[in-house]
Amino acid sequence: MPLTALEVSALELSLRVALVSVLTSLPFGLAAAWLLARTRFPGKSLIDGLIHLPLVLPPVVVGYALLVLFGRRGVVGAWLYESLGITLAFDWKGAALASAVMAFPLMVRAIRLSLEAVDRRLEAAARTLGAGPLRVLLTVTIPLTAPGILTGAILAFARSVGEFGATITFVSNIPEVTQTLPLALYSLIQQPGGEAAAARLTIIAIVVALLALIASEILARRIARRIAGAA
Amino acid sequence: MIELDIEKRLGAFDLAVRFSAPETGITAIFGRSGAGKTSVVNALAGLLRPDRGTIKVGEEILFSSEAGIDRRPEQRRLGYVFQESRIFPHYSVRGNLRYGMRRGAASHPTLSFDAVVELLRLDPLLERRPRDLSGGERQRVAIGRALLAAPRLLLMDEPLASLDIAHRAEIIPFIERLRDRLSIPIVYVSHAMEEIIHLGDTLVMMSEGRVAAVGPVEEIASRLDLRPLTGRFGAGSVIRTTVAGSDLVFGLSELSFPGGRLRVPHLGLPLGTPVRARIRARDVSLALAPPKGISILNIFAGRVVEIAQDADPMVEVRLDIGTAARPVPLWARITRRSTHELTLEVGKPVYALVKSVALGRTSFSPYDASAEQDGG
Repeated sequence: MPLTALEVSALELSLRVALVSVLTSLPFGLAAAWLLARTRFPGKSLIDGLIHLPLVLPPVVVGYALLVLFGRRGVVGAWLYESLGITLAFDWKGAALASAVMAFPLMVRAIRLSLEAVDRRLEAAARTLGAGPLRVLLTVTIPLTAPGILTGAILAFARSVGEFGATITFVSNIPEVTQTLPLALYSLIQQPGGEAAAARLTIIAIVVALLALIASEILARRIARRIAGAA
Repeated sequence: MIELDIEKRLGAFDLAVRFSAPETGITAIFGRSGAGKTSVVNALAGLLRPDRGTIKVGEEILFSSEAGIDRRPEQRRLGYVFQESRIFPHYSVRGNLRYGMRRGAASHPTLSFDAVVELLRLDPLLERRPRDLSGGERQRVAIGRALLAAPRLLLMDEPLASLDIAHRAEIIPFIERLRDRLSIPIVYVSHAMEEIIHLGDTLVMMSEGRVAAVGPVEEIASRLDLRPLTGRFGAGSVIRTTVAGSDLVFGLSELSFPGGRLRVPHLGLPLGTPVRARIRARDVSLALAPPKGISILNIFAGRVVEIAQDADPMVEVRLDIGTAARPVPLWARITRRSTHELTLEVGKPVYALVKSVALGRTSFSPYDASAEQDGG
């Protein structure tokens, strides 16, 4: 069964949005997890709450807030357009931003847990062997946090592929521009006689999800084997 | 010299430590658990920042609260062998060993990768993952890893404490090899007097966050006033001797010290080797006249210096079996009844009898004779 043009574009768009959202938010996720796991500063619980907000807010609220902030006339959006020529609203990049914000708490949580489990005495040992803080981070801390980073990235990817509410509010549902898999599915369900096409999209969504799960499982096992002995 | 004068408040615990020790041989830090030994080593390594004071190794100031100096751990060039080995789980043994290697270190004559692998017999382990190592193997890798970072000083914090007795016996010879074959000074923390007598040159005795005494191991270990701290580690004396001859017919070695010769089972060491001999107090008997027709080979004339009286049926008597210029203390443990029957008192001449057979191989360890001169 060859895929239709709509299916191809929706699938391709979904994967691109999810991938870009995970890859660009990963450094921020690492930094936020580091901040929460390793540092103490006044107002930390406020930052913690802010990061977790998308988890408890209705997605439409997040989408609307993004529109207000990042819309062409929004505070950040206007600046982005004027100085860098970037438009996020009603664009696939905006969909990636919406996905990233929605998935951020999941990513930070997973990395933070893993970071807190790293034996800090190993970092001290690395220091006595002549490694500066950056080298310790790259050769000890991050490799030992790898399982958490992977879990966080996969959770965020899955969340991004499934993102609906914030996306449709922020970037709308424009075929071939912002119409990701869930949005396409939603459109098909709204049309009379779209059931067959909707069923095909559902199957595609399931296959994508399964493939992602299997790939992550293989990767997780390989990482676990590399750092085994920690227990 | 290793010079340390620091203060640090750790919760309710107050650490105020001050000592200097020679930068040669093994400086042992001894004390019960909770005495603050690990804190001292951590302060040396830069893992614990003192509230106040100075830390100096050789000519370099590592920490000075007054001058505002606090060298980072990675700048201090001190190797650290931790109690729990702290091997990196995500590297192979080879990766662990190479972690701290510096470009300059590869050309170091005694500390090349191959030399360290040979010294610690790590060759069969190189490709193994840390999870497949036994406790003793992990500790050997940890020692190798610290050495390959080319430290000027090696810190060892109870490296044997996490091992069972069999594995301890496996590691001790390697530590002896470090001491004898490399010229890296070692600071060795332990709460086991046996280990310290065996390995240490200088002893820093700690109690409740303070230094109770510093000096050559045999001097501190023989001091009666410190007995509550040293404990009854199978109390005894340590005598510095040199290999002076061997009796190949009967398989004996002769160790000379000021005041006599000790005949012991053959040690297989070259003539002139400095050897520290530990004689347990319970292996020493006393007589008022030189006994005749007796199997004991070691009979030393001496006089009573001190009698440790307590409520026990046993009494510890300190003798001097050396010369007028160089006293050699020897402890004997006898019954209170014998003390009474021999009418022992301070100053009385006696003969000490030491059974050669009672001196096992672990009673002897070669040592770095230069340490004592530098130590003053």
